[in-house]
Amino acid sequence: MNRLMYLLPLAIFLVIAGYFAKGLTLNPRDMPSMLIDQEVPPFDLKPIKGQVRGLSSEDLKGQVTLVNIFGSWCVACLAEHPMLMKIAEQKLVSIYGIDWREKNPDDGPNWLARRGDPYTLIGDDPQSKAAIAFGVTGAPETFFVDRRGFIRYKHVGPITPENWESTLWPIVQELRKL
Amino acid sequence: MADCSGAQKTLRMIFGFLYGPSGAGRSLRSPGLPQWWRPAVAGLVVALLLALSFSPVLAVEPSEVLDDPVLEVRAREISKGLRCVVCQNQSIDDSNADLARDMRVLVRERLLAGDSNDQVTDYMVSRYGDFVLLNPPFKVATYALWFGPLLIIGLGLFVVVVFYRRRSSTSVAETTPAALSNEESRRLEDLMKDET
Repeated sequence: MNRLMYLLPLAIFLVIAGYFAKGLTLNPRDMPSMLIDQEVPPFDLKPIKGQVRGLSSEDLKGQVTLVNIFGSWCVACLAEHPMLMKIAEQKLVSIYGIDWREKNPDDGPNWLARRGDPYTLIGDDPQSKAAIAFGVTGAPETFFVDRRGFIRYKHVGPITPENWESTLWPIVQELRKL
Repeated sequence: MADCSGAQKTLRMIFGFLYGPSGAGRSLRSPGLPQWWRPAVAGLVVALLLALSFSPVLAVEPSEVLDDPVLEVRAREISKGLRCVVCQNQSIDDSNADLARDMRVLVRERLLAGDSNDQVTDYMVSRYGDFVLLNPPFKVATYALWFGPLLIIGLGLFVVVVFYRRRSSTSVAETTPAALSNEESRRLEDLMKDET
């Protein structure tokens, strides 16, 4: 018993080291979303320049949808853009866009004109109104909304062919069964 | 989107100057200096900067400031407690990130709309979770955080007390050993006789 006492500091150290090993390797940008299983926050965004319809929370009811936060300034959005185009062309699921924080109202439309527009509807969010309501911390982020308008999943970072096949497409199919 | 500026860049500048391969850092070095001078100088510079940094550096832009000084004071108070989710160790009051700016504007809009301080903070928590608060709230999920240190101090004190109790009791045992039983003293006498 007495001899075991001498091992106590080592044991305490190992426990603390274990917590540090876990804690220091977590990505601080991965934050749990508060909005999972919550209804989409009410919002009503104006159209981006050159388009007639904007985007409101009412548009997201009736079918499973993706809500993608993007911006022409966002490099990772550029990286995921071809994948979004593919999803739209194959009509796998409708993607709704929130054009976040463009410095110039022409930037978003120009970006889409050059590369293609995968979005069914787009809302312009120059002051982060919708972005904050969704608890967005960076772009791109994609919210998976069920037909009743409830957020069921949040994907942080670009959608790639790999994570689409392995995780995201199965989630869309699951949500369709609900 | 603007990245985190201010303190983080300043720190990089200092450490670049001290540890970087070129520039002023090299000219400071001379063969007579002992090994510890670099960390020592770095420590001094950091201490100096910390002392200087207590003068408020504002990220709040003039266009954001509310006309009503009472509301503005409340807005500043709320902003100081809200974490910038882009530059995670700064409050939105300190951060130059675009999202922090929009959060400050939103705080002010809600105050103008008649929200109380708590309602504004609660709205942010409902979007970003407790993480957005720079002060962790006191609730069941954070008891370990609040009571953990006390518990560890208590445990430490307990171990110290037990250690000293044990040591004093063993030392008493050494100075006044138990008296010999009759059997033992007889054997001792026998042994002594044999010796002589």
